[in-house]
Amino acid sequence: MARVVIFGSLRAFTNGEGEMEIDAQTTRELLRKLATLHPALAETIEAGVSLAIDGEVFKEAWFTPISAESEVVVMPLMVGG
Amino acid sequence: MSKIHITTQVNGDAVEFLCEPDETLLDVLRDRLNLTGAKEGCGTGDCGACSVTLNGRLVASCLVLGAEVAGSEIETVEGVGTADALHPVQQHLLDHAALQCGICTPGIIVAAKALLLQNPNPSEEEVRYWLAGNLCRCTGYDKIIRAVLSAAAEMRGENA
Amino acid sequence: MKQDFKILGTRPIRPDGLDKVTGKAMFGSDKSVTGMLHARILRSPHAHAEIVSIDTSKAEALAGVKAVITGDDFADVENRWARYTMQNCMAQGRALYDGHAVAAVAAISKTVAAEALKLIEVEYKILPHVTDVDEAMAPGAPVLHEGVKARKLGDDVSGNTVGYYSFGHGDIEAGFANAELVIDRTFKTAAVHQGYIEPHGCLADLGGDGRGELWCSTQGHYMVREVCSEILGIDSSQLRVTASEIGGGFGGKTTVFIEPVALKLSQKAGKPVKLVMSREEVFRASGPTMSASMDIKIGMTKAGKITGAHAKLRYQGGAFPYQMVMMGAMSAFAAYDLEHVQAEGWDVMTNRPKMISYRAPGAPMAVYAVESVMDELCQKLELDPIDTRLMNAAREGTKSSYGPTFKAIGLVEALEAAKAHPHYSAPLAPNTGRGVSCGFWFNFGGQVSVSMAINADGTVNLIEGNPDIGGSRASISMMAAEALGIEYDRIRTIVGDTASVGFSDVTDGSRVTFAVGIATINAANAAIKEMCKRAAKIWEIDAEAVEWVDGAAQPSGHNAGNFPPMSLAEIAATSGKTGGPIAGHHEGAPDKAGVSFGVHMVDVEVDPETGFTSIKRYTAFQDVGKAIHPAYVEGQIQGGAVQGIGWALNEEYIYGEDGLLQNPGFLDYRIPVASDLPMIDAVIIEVPNPGHPYGVRGCGETAIVPPLAAVSNGVAQAIGVRMFELPMSPPKILKAL
Ligand code: FES
Ligand code: FES
Repeated sequence: MARVVIFGSLRAFTNGEGEMEIDAQTTRELLRKLATLHPALAETIEAGVSLAIDGEVFKEAWFTPISAESEVVVMPLMVGG
Repeated sequence: MSKIHITTQVNGDAVEFLCEPDETLLDVLRDRLNLTGAKEGCGTGDCGACSVTLNGRLVASCLVLGAEVAGSEIETVEGVGTADALHPVQQHLLDHAALQCGICTPGIIVAAKALLLQNPNPSEEEVRYWLAGNLCRCTGYDKIIRAVLSAAAEMRGENA
Repeated sequence: MKQDFKILGTRPIRPDGLDKVTGKAMFGSDKSVTGMLHARILRSPHAHAEIVSIDTSKAEALAGVKAVITGDDFADVENRWARYTMQNCMAQGRALYDGHAVAAVAAISKTVAAEALKLIEVEYKILPHVTDVDEAMAPGAPVLHEGVKARKLGDDVSGNTVGYYSFGHGDIEAGFANAELVIDRTFKTAAVHQGYIEPHGCLADLGGDGRGELWCSTQGHYMVREVCSEILGIDSSQLRVTASEIGGGFGGKTTVFIEPVALKLSQKAGKPVKLVMSREEVFRASGPTMSASMDIKIGMTKAGKITGAHAKLRYQGGAFPYQMVMMGAMSAFAAYDLEHVQAEGWDVMTNRPKMISYRAPGAPMAVYAVESVMDELCQKLELDPIDTRLMNAAREGTKSSYGPTFKAIGLVEALEAAKAHPHYSAPLAPNTGRGVSCGFWFNFGGQVSVSMAINADGTVNLIEGNPDIGGSRASISMMAAEALGIEYDRIRTIVGDTASVGFSDVTDGSRVTFAVGIATINAANAAIKEMCKRAAKIWEIDAEAVEWVDGAAQPSGHNAGNFPPMSLAEIAATSGKTGGPIAGHHEGAPDKAGVSFGVHMVDVEVDPETGFTSIKRYTAFQDVGKAIHPAYVEGQIQGGAVQGIGWALNEEYIYGEDGLLQNPGFLDYRIPVASDLPMIDAVIIEVPNPGHPYGVRGCGETAIVPPLAAVSNGVAQAIGVRMFELPMSPPKILKAL
C-alpha cells in the first residue's frame, strides 16, 4: 500500500486526514481511489493535481507506476514562467 | 493629410519614400523601406531598440520624423556588417553569447559601433554609461559589456 | 549517467545568432503581407466600470475602416479559464481595470485606425474599485466576480479571495516554544512587469471558412492555438500558428492578450490584420506579476537551528480568478530542513490587469520575506549567515516543506561555494553592506514533440515545438550532436509551426532544455537504431550485433564480423537504396525535472544623502545539474539576478487613489540599465539531476528568486535599518534613515 500525503489546505476535503494508505499500481488508479474515498476531493482532482512520487514531481501522468513502498504527495497543479 | 516625398540615403543606398507628416523615421524604415532591423520597444525614446545613426549621430529613430531626414545619411543594423564581413561588435556579441532573445541586439550594435568610432578605447564605465539608453531585459548586460570591450580591443589591434 | 561529453560544456555560436546580429531575424511585429490591415484597441480609462453602451457607428463610417469589434462579437465559451482569458482580451459588460480592452478596429493604415478609435463612443457607469491586496481581501471590499470565492473560506475574507493553500508538517506552536528567539515581521512587495523589450505583436488571417494562419510572439504557439480556437469556436487543426522570434517573455507570453482580437477582426474584415501593442498597452494591459503582503514568523535557537517557521502570503493577481500563491507557499521554506513548518497563501482579485507568470512565479516575494527574517535572526544572534543556512539547509533525503522528499540537490554545494568564494571575505567600504540569500525553483517537464531527419549528405534536421527564448536551439542541437556523435554544425534545429510537429507545452517552468533535451536524445536513439539496422543489412549480420560508437555503426564484437565502422554520413548516403529516408522522432511527457537551488551574494552601497542604492559587487551560485552551453547558463543566471535587482530597488506598479496606473512607460517604470550595474559573476555548480540522462536541471528561473532578499539584507547592513517593503526606492530609504 502506497503512503499518500495530502497537502495542507486539501485536508479540508478529507475530514482533516493528512496521510492515508492506498493500494494502487498507477497514479490514475490512486487518484480514482482517492476521489472515491473523499468525494469532496473529486473537483480538485478533476481540475488537475501534481504528484510527487518518492520525491520526483509528476504532472498528471496517469500510468506512472507506484510501488507498495512509495510515498505519494498530492499537490496543486504547478506552473512556471 | 497629404504625404510628403523624401529622398535620402539609407545604408549607402539612395532611397525615396512618401510619408505622413507625423510619421516617425522608425515607422518609415520598418513599414515603407522594409528594414525591420530597428525595433520598437517603447516609441518614446526610452529603450534604444530603435537606435540608428543619422549623419553619423546616434539617434532614437522613434523620436525622429521621417519628414526630417531628406538628404541625410542613415545607417541601421542592416548596414553595419554582412554575413561574411561582420563588424567586430557583431562578431564579439556572438562569441560572448551576449544575446538571449536578441530584440535589443540591433540597437546595441548600432550604439556600440557609434561609441567605438568616437572612443576606440572606452573603459567599462564608459561603455556602461554609453549603453545606458539601450535596455536589455535578458542578459543583465554583463556579456554585452564584455563583448563591446573585446571588440574595441580587436579594433585597436590588441589581442582580446 | 553519461559523464564524458564531447559537445556538452562547449560554447558554440547559436544557430540563430547571425540573423539576430544582422537585423534579419523576424520578431512578432516584423512580418507584413500585402493587403494587410492595421488594428488598434480602445481601452478603459477607468479602474472599474459598467459598460452601459458602445456606439461604433461613427468609427465604422470612417473611410478606410474595415472592421470594428466589441465584447459582443465574442460568443460565450464554456471552459471558465478560457472565458477569463477571452474577457481579459476584450471586456464583456464591465471594464475591470485601467487599460482593459473594450473595442478594437482594423483599418487600412495605422493613422486611420487611430482616428477611428476616437470615434467610438463608450458610456461607462463608474463602479467602486480596489487595487490593494489587503483591502481587496477584507470583508466589504468591492468584489470583482461573484461566486468564485475559494471553497471552505469563512466570512473573515471577501469574495475576492479565490484561492487558499496551506503546506507544511509538524506543529508550529511546539516549534516556536522551543525557540530562543522568534521574529515575526510583515512585508510588502510591489507588482512588477516582466519587462520584455518586445511588445506583443501578431499577424492574423482568418477566413470565413474557419481556416486561419497566425504569426505571433509567444512562449507557446500550441497554447495560442488551443486558446484561440476555443475562443473563436474553430477546429484547432484549422488554425496554424507560427511562433515568431520572441523578444523576451519571462512568463509574460504564456497566455494571449491580442491574438483572439486580431483573429476576430480579420474574420470580420476578410483580410489579414496586424496588431501590435504599444509599450503603454504592455504595461496597462498585459500581465504583470502579483503584488504581495506577507507575515513571516521564524523561531531559532541561539546556536542557529530553526525550530519553527510560519508564512502567511496574500497575493493579488488582478481582475480574474487565478492560482499562483501556492507556488509561493511551496517555495517559501523549500531551502530548509524543518521539523515544524507551515506556509499558507491566499490568492486575491483586484482591479488590476490579470496577472501572468513572471520567472519562478510566486517564489521571489515569499523567499524575500523569509530570507529577510533569516538575516535578521542571524544579525540579532550574531551568527554567520552562510553557516546558519548550512546548518539548516535542505539536502538529499530532507522532507521538503511542501511535501516531497528531496532527491540529490545542490544547495549545500552552492552555500559552500559561496562561503569559500573570495567575495565573501573581501573587505567592505563605508556605507556598504553585504547581503546573502538562498533561492529555489521547481522546474518542470511536460509535453514535448521532436522530429529528426537524417539527410543523405550526413546532416540532420531537427524540428521541435518550443519557441526559443534564450538559446535553446543551440542547446538542443548540442544534445542531438552529442547523442548522434556528430559535429554541432551538421545539425539545424528549427521551431516548427503547429502543423509541422506534434503538440508541445509552453516554453516555461525552465523546462525546455530538460524536456526537449530528453525528447531529442530519444529521437536520436530511434534514428541510431535504424542506422544500425541499415549497417547490419549492408554487412549481412544481425541488427543486434551492431552498436553505435562515436557517430558510427560498428560490429559489437569479433563474433559479429570484422567490418570497419560505418559513419552516419556513409549510412545516410546510401539510405535511398537501403530502405528509404532515415528519421527519428519522440513524443512524450518527461517528468523528474529536478529542483534547483541558488545562493546570491551582493555588496550594496547606500548614499546617505540621496538614499540611492548602488550594486557594487554581485556573485551568483546556482546548481544547474549539467550546463549544456555554459555561456547561456551564465546568461540565464545573470539576467535573472538583474531582474531581481530591479524588483528590489526600482520597479513597481504605482496606482493612484483613482485606481489608474500612474507609470505605464519605461521612463517611470525603471528597469535596470547598464550603468546601474557591475559585472554579475555567475558560478555554475553541477550536481547532476538523476532524472535526466545527461544530468540536466532547468536553470532559467531560480536566479530571480534570491536577489530581492540579498539586496535588502545588504541594505540593512549598510544603513543599519531594515526595510520591509519593496522596491527600496531612494525616498523610502531616506525616510527610513
Ligand atoms: S523604440 Fe525608440 S527608444 Fe524605444
Ligand atoms: S537579449 Fe533580450 S532584451 Fe537583450
